[in-house]
Parts: sequence; structure tokens; C-alpha cells
Amino acid sequence: MNTTATLGTDNMAMAAVKKPTEGTDVSPFELAAEHATVGSFEVENAKMSIKNVNVYYGDKQAIFDVSVDIGKNEVIAMIGPSGCGKSTFLRALNRMNDTVDGCRVEGDIRMDGQDLYSPKLDVVELRARVGMVFQKPNPFPKSIYDNVAYGPKIHGLADTRVDLDEIVERSLRRASLWDEVKDRLYQAGTGLSGGQQQRLCIARAIAVSPEVILMDEPCSALDPIATARIEELIEELSQNFTIAIVTHSMQQAARVSQRTAYFHLGQLIEVNPTEQVFTMPEHALTESYITGRFG
Amino acid sequence: MSNSSKNLKKIQDSLVWRYRAEKAFRWCGIVAVTLGLLAVLALFLDIIFKGKGAFSATYMQLEVTYDQELLEIDNFADQKQLIVADWGALYKSALRAEFPDVRKRADKRKLYALVSNGAGYDLRERLLANPRLLGQSESVWLLADDDIDTYFKGWLDGDPYTARLVDNQVEWLQQLITTQRMELRFNANFFNRGDSREPEQAGIRGAMIGSMLTLVLTLILSFPIGIAAAIYLEEFAPKNRWTEFIEVNINNLAAVPSIIFGLLGLAIFINFFHIPRSIPVIGGLVLAVMTLPTIIITSRAAITSVPPSIREAALGMGASRNQMVLHHVLPLALPGMLTGAIIGMARALGETAPLLMIGMVAFIADIPGGFTDPATVLPVQIFLWADSPERAFIEKTSAAIMVLLSFLILMNISAVWLRKRLERRW
Repeated sequence: MNTTATLGTDNMAMAAVKKPTEGTDVSPFELAAEHATVGSFEVENAKMSIKNVNVYYGDKQAIFDVSVDIGKNEVIAMIGPSGCGKSTFLRALNRMNDTVDGCRVEGDIRMDGQDLYSPKLDVVELRARVGMVFQKPNPFPKSIYDNVAYGPKIHGLADTRVDLDEIVERSLRRASLWDEVKDRLYQAGTGLSGGQQQRLCIARAIAVSPEVILMDEPCSALDPIATARIEELIEELSQNFTIAIVTHSMQQAARVSQRTAYFHLGQLIEVNPTEQVFTMPEHALTESYITGRFG
Repeated sequence: MSNSSKNLKKIQDSLVWRYRAEKAFRWCGIVAVTLGLLAVLALFLDIIFKGKGAFSATYMQLEVTYDQELLEIDNFADQKQLIVADWGALYKSALRAEFPDVRKRADKRKLYALVSNGAGYDLRERLLANPRLLGQSESVWLLADDDIDTYFKGWLDGDPYTARLVDNQVEWLQQLITTQRMELRFNANFFNRGDSREPEQAGIRGAMIGSMLTLVLTLILSFPIGIAAAIYLEEFAPKNRWTEFIEVNINNLAAVPSIIFGLLGLAIFINFFHIPRSIPVIGGLVLAVMTLPTIIITSRAAITSVPPSIREAALGMGASRNQMVLHHVLPLALPGMLTGAIIGMARALGETAPLLMIGMVAFIADIPGGFTDPATVLPVQIFLWADSPERAFIEKTSAAIMVLLSFLILMNISAVWLRKRLERRW
């Protein structure tokens, strides 16, 4: 499916969306013209607050009017069929979309009340505060130590070598990788297994003590055992960090997150506590998706 | 027959054809590669066969007396006298002593022609290095003239070339040969001297130093500029019409015939900026301009081949664009950039045409001592020698080609080695 949408032509779909709980005949392939997110998309104590965000790639609109809050120290999962814009949305949160030519973000994204798209904001600082873990493990072709130490080094977080050693060890411990790599810290990070590489990337991300960690399908390239370890890790990390995770696997969303957001064709359809989304979805599209009707 | 077995039959029939086509294709490839290798082999064998003679030179042994009167030197400390002294008289008198029967003026001239006219200077060097020899005599191996060299090398192969010698000379030579006073020695002059009108005295050193100076300048100018341009275009420049225009024009420049760059150098560097002709500075400038597009293109290719995931990782960690490029992209792209630079340098080393336009084609006997001394370069030296009428320059030409080719091969090997050495896997 691609993100190009036919706008406002089908009254049937519109009508169906307006009666979210009944409609089982909603067409999942066409975009509803009028739409409002259902569920509890606003929270008290929000770490990040996203209001009416639209994202465009050139002329194509990829994200339509998304509003959602991300609470402090919560894990929010974003699910939805391929091409629904969940990754694009995630990348808007630390302005990684800036690096994509022709990508434009409209709307209001705030972290602790600070406008992330204000011209006064420094992206480098933002990315130190909002870390990111990518779909494919992408350690630098450097040693394990240098991978983890890179962030603290460029941001000047460690004054001495001892401090740096400490940060590296702490980060690797928190990413539960320390025991496996402590004897080969100076070997290439690219020589680790896929799951270890991904945990190394997580260690690298948390080494600068970010406030929020964005994870873009962090387990999609991993086997089930490595996936289980990462999920365990996410649960541990959620005590200290706010985590937004995009995932393709509904089971994973169910296991790790407190709230789940369902994206569909660039629209945010429903946000609710994870348990509710998977047992009693409010919206017909969500229900179709989680029951495997499409996606 | 059922449908599925019919299909199977068709597949099996088509397989025969497919395998035959694959085999034919493989053979085509093998034939092409073999032909290429044979051509290279033929070229190399021809060059080596023709040029090997240049690495040895004919010397003849004569009894030389350092006669003070002959030299007209009364005070050995007087530099002026040393300069104007008739050093050639030394080997001439030695020849006369060797062949006392030669009386006629014309015959004497033919006799003197056996020895290189540069031999007098070699004798001067000997005497200056050891002043006690003055008034003494010693037996010295003197460099023979190029015609004698050609004759002797031919004689050794059983096919002496006598067209440029008179009968008397052949007789004298035979006399020297039978008394074993003629021999081939390693031709150190070829590697130690500059160009000369006399083939036996001509050497490649001037051209080698000239090439080196020119290339050093080319590298210093084009490598940093090329890499900076590539990094800017690839990582920082906005993608708009202007950068597209620049990109198209860089690709065009890479395809411009090199002689055009020579004309450009002539028009801009010489006529407008008044940089002197024939010096490595101007050669380096022109070759740098010529190499720049190649370096930019290969460097850009090297930068693009760095996986985007590494860039994302760096940016995601909060690295600035500059840090991303310097810490991650550049180290990964460097081997490719170096390879490109070396290949560009190799091309610049072999370049002749643009240098003809800026006066580096001049006859220059002195070995250049710096960037502003008149110089020529290896390929131009080859061109000059190939153009010379003397028969002995044939082997010099081939030998110079060998020297040039070995430098080129050396550079290409180092490019491969550098790439293997610096390459990092991810």
C-alpha cells in the first residue's frame, strides 16, 4: 500500500468512519476525508505533545493531522500496516526528517513545552535529548568502546578518560550487553551478532542519557531470541526513559507498551491503553487490523 | 501425453539451448580476455626487446696521460684554467697513441669519433677527484660514441650495424675488440643524466625529476580541492539547478580532450598571469586542472557508497553535519578517494598533449633543481626521443617507455594496495 490517498471522494467510507464501533464494511484502502482520532490521545503529564502535525514528501502528504501526547516514562507503541506513516511520524519527533530532501513538517511538536520546530531550537541538542534506534542495527565501523563513547565524546559529557570508561560500562550494562563484550571492548562493533549489534546501538543511544528514545522497528531484523532480549530491555529502560516504539508486530506492541497508537494511511485512527486496543478497539479499522483482516 | 509431461519436455528442450548459449558466452569472454592479454604481452615484449640495450653502454679501454702541457694548465688551483682547458685533447692523444698509423687529418677525425665527445668531461672529473694523477697516465674505460655503441651491440648479437661507419673505423674497432678492450657496462648515465643531443650521453633523470616535481604540484593542488569539492557537492550543497549544472559540467570537463587544458593553461596561466613557460609550476597547474574532474567524480562515488545507515546513526546521535562527514563518512570514503587520486595521478603522469602547449616540450639538458627550473616530463621525453633521427635513440625511447610504464604500474599497484589496506567493512 502506498501513502497516496484519494481524498474525500467516497461517502461510504466517510459514513463508516463516523460510526466507528459498528462499521465492519470500512474500506481500508481509501482515506477518510473527515476524521478524528478516537481514544485517549491526550494525557496529563505529557513529555511530548504533538498537535495537528502534517508531513509532506514533496507534493505527497504522508501524515494527516496527527495529534497525540507521549507521557513521561511511558512506552507508546505505534502500529499499522506498511506505509501508514508510523516511521515518518517517529522521525518527525527528533527532526530526522530534516535530512530527507523535500520533506516538510507542519504543526506543533513540543517537548516539555518547547517547540521542536522553532528556528531557535538547535537540532544537534534536540537529538542529544531524543535518541534514536533504527530498524537495521547500524553500529559505526569502529570498536565497541568507540561506538558507545561517540555520543558522550561529541557532546563533551565526559571530562576524563575514567568518566568516559564509566559511561561506557554503565551504558553497556543498561543495554545488558556488558557481560558479553567486556573482554572485547576494542574489537569492531560490526563483528557482533545482529541482536548484539542492536543492543550496542541502544547502549550508544542511552550513553548520552536522552530523555526520550525513539525506536523504529528495532527488532524487525532480529530472530525471536534476540527480539525477546530487546523487549526485556525496553521494559527495563522504561523506568528511566520515555520510549516511542514503532513496530510491525502486534504481539510486540502488546508485550512492551502501555499505550498503543494505530496509524492508517497517514492518519492516527486510535490511541488507547494497549490492553483496550487489543481487546476492545474503539474504531472499526483498528479492529479490522488487529483481527488480521488486512495489514 | 499429459499436459505436465509436455511442459517438462519443453523445459528440457530449452535447457539444452540455454546451456549451449551459456557455454558460447563463456568462450567469447575467454577469447576476449586472451586477445587482450596477448596484445599487452606483444607490446611489453616489443618494448623490452627494443629497449633493453639502453641499460648498457659500450666502453673502450685506453691509456690516458694527464699531460699538463696538452691541457695548457700551469696552475691547478686556477678555476678559470680548469674550465677553458682542452679536456678533449686527453682522449684524442690517447687514441693517437693507440693507433699511431693514422696520419691524415680526415682519418684522425674519424678516429676521434670513436669516443663520445663527452669523454673529456669524464676525464676532468677523474682528475679533479684525484689531482695527483696530473702528469701521470692510467688506463681508463671511456664511453664510446653512439654509432660505436650500436655497432658493438650488433656485433655481440652477430649482426653489426656498419652503415654509419667507414671501413677504417671498423678495422680499429675490431683491433680493440680482439684485444678485449671494448665491453658493455651498465649504463648509469641513463639514470643519472639529463637529455643530450648525443644519444650515448642522454639520460632520463631530468625528465624523471621534472615529472616528479610536476606531479607533486598536481597532487598538492588537485587532491585537497577535489576532495573538498566532492564533499561539499555530496554532503552540503542544496540539490537545485545550480548544483545540477555544476555536476553536469564537471562530468563534461572529465571528457574534455587534454590538449584543450593545455590551451587553457597557455591562455590563462601564461598569457594572463605571466607564469614562465616550461617550468613544473605551470605543468602542475595545468595537470591539476585536468585531473580535478576525475578526482571529484571518484571521490563523490566513494562518498555515495558510504551506507546511509551510518549517516543516520551519526545524525541520530546528535552529530553535526560536519562531524558526521569528518568522523564517519570521510574515513569510510578515503580509500576510494585515494584510489581515484592515484589513478588520476597516473593519468597525469602519462599526459603529453597539454604540456606541448605550455612549452614543456623544450630540449632541456639540465636536471631541474626546483619548481621554477625549466623541465620536461617522461612522456614528453619519449616524444622527443622518438622524434630524433639518431638510430641510438630508438632504444632510449623504448627504455624511457619502460621507465614510465614501471612508474604507472607502481602507482596502480599502490592504489590497489591502499584500497585493500584501508578498506573497512561494515
